[in-house]
Amino acid sequence: MRARLATPRTGGLAALAAVVAVGPLVLPNNYFYDVAILAALNAIVCVGLNLLIGYSGQISLGHAGFFGLGAYGSAILASKYGWPPLAAMAMAITAVAALAYLIGRPILRLRGHYLAMATLGFGIIISLVVANEDRLTGGPDGLAVVPLTVFGFALQGERAWYWVVGALLVAAVWLALNLIDSPTGRALRALHGSEVGAGVAGIDAARHKVLVFVVSAVFAAVAGGLNAHYAGFITPSKVSFLHSIELVTMVVFGGMASTFGAVAGATVLTVLPQLLTVFKDYEMVVLGAVMMGTMIFMPKGLVPTLAAFLGRQAGAARTPAVERRAGAPGAGAEPRA
Amino acid sequence: MSVLRTDGLARDFGGVRAVDGLTFEIEAGAVHSIIGPNGAGKTTLLNLLTGIYAPSAGRIYFGERDLTGCAPHEFAAHGIARTFQNLQVFLNMSTLENVMVGRHLRERRGFLDALLHTPRLAAGERACRAEARELLALVGLEAWADAPSDALPYGALKRLEIARALAARPQLLLLDEPAAGLNPTETMEIHALIAKLAGGGITVVLVEHNMRLVMGVSDRILVLDYGRRLAEGAPETVRNDPQVIEAYLGAETL
Repeated sequence: MRARLATPRTGGLAALAAVVAVGPLVLPNNYFYDVAILAALNAIVCVGLNLLIGYSGQISLGHAGFFGLGAYGSAILASKYGWPPLAAMAMAITAVAALAYLIGRPILRLRGHYLAMATLGFGIIISLVVANEDRLTGGPDGLAVVPLTVFGFALQGERAWYWVVGALLVAAVWLALNLIDSPTGRALRALHGSEVGAGVAGIDAARHKVLVFVVSAVFAAVAGGLNAHYAGFITPSKVSFLHSIELVTMVVFGGMASTFGAVAGATVLTVLPQLLTVFKDYEMVVLGAVMMGTMIFMPKGLVPTLAAFLGRQAGAARTPAVERRAGAPGAGAEPRA
Repeated sequence: MSVLRTDGLARDFGGVRAVDGLTFEIEAGAVHSIIGPNGAGKTTLLNLLTGIYAPSAGRIYFGERDLTGCAPHEFAAHGIARTFQNLQVFLNMSTLENVMVGRHLRERRGFLDALLHTPRLAAGERACRAEARELLALVGLEAWADAPSDALPYGALKRLEIARALAARPQLLLLDEPAAGLNPTETMEIHALIAKLAGGGITVVLVEHNMRLVMGVSDRILVLDYGRRLAEGAPETVRNDPQVIEAYLGAETL
């Protein structure tokens, strides 16, 4: 058991770090670096969003709002008010955390479709504000953003950003894996399993739901702030409802309640549209078909389905299949082969 | 000394009064059974005593504290644990993790320790895991520890809920039909387990239809009918109460 639990945190994390480290050997030019950076930024958002959706069983259709507030907040403070970019990002992230706490308290009382509606409404309000407050945000024209400077050193160019974003992705995955495999993480998963059962076990549902909501909003705001300074330009499309849906789709596609699934989902759905440009006018049709096919044949998402498949292969090779449901419960409690 | 006391406890569902002005006490360190025909209000009463329902009227005292209107996690925090007739297992987690969740209130480490997986959190996790395994052994499920809980048969899930409730080290344990759907051997195991827990100082409240188990294990029995107290007393007294025989035991003692 301990060996198995250690695998996602140490083994999986090492594999992810290795993939990030090997990236520069296979990425031929800056365009590919750019796609990799965008994939990693999306992956950071999805790792956080998956804590909320996949593990805790809540939903948010407004996470582009948190992403956008992280991006615009940092951009406005740095570019319009001359804050040092790092301080601007820290301020924007703190403000997003506070906002997520304030709106999370009332709306996380809602469940299912009602929670979806409320978060959707939040996202739409943020995108309207961004589009209309054009004195601050530049409105639909977007906003130019100063580059990120760290201790007087400007972070510029795809290659430098690749390492920063790659390292932050590994850190984000590490934090998420730690959280899931802790008393707090178990409480969140218990809420997903049975809110009544969690309550009588002493878990304060409201407190834990708000906590995971804030954590997922902070992940989104970090990625948003980085995205703004990396791209040097930010437009309202990153705050749109469509972007919220994209993020949820990435989580579901990669596999709910799987941190590496969130990374895989974000990567595949960021890279795939780039690959599919060869289909020209039919690009979106093919993308839709690929997504439908994946969900039909891998309903649990990429990573959980593959993990279960590999687990079965390994299990079949090691020991005879265990008939779990066979016989009386007493018989089931006998030591298994 | 009473560990739990209610005063005029009532709960309405629309026009139906499921629990109707119940005043009773539960004494420390004994096994109290609550019996009654289907629809007598037994499960509603347990839901009131764990904060899942708020009472329509009346009060609930746990020791000296008035817990009326508290949320389920606050009842749990005061030392009340329970199992469910319609199971509330976390089917998305392993058997062991289900029991580990039961220890939630006794976890010392907070969010930052969790996020950074500090050495002291890791030490706590090892202790938690070890204790959860012991509890699984106590209810005879140690072989299933690492299995996903949705792979467990029904009877095993019932015992899993008991292990989870015990992980909180409750003062008061409420068991809602722990023997329903179990075969005679398993029922005997549950009987032995309840006796053992009561011997260890946990106050047990048992809602159960299996009369052999109830009569064998209880110190006191509260009989409900239409949400009211029909009779209360030692098993012998209740068994011979003509009203109880008429309302409930009649068919079985024929």
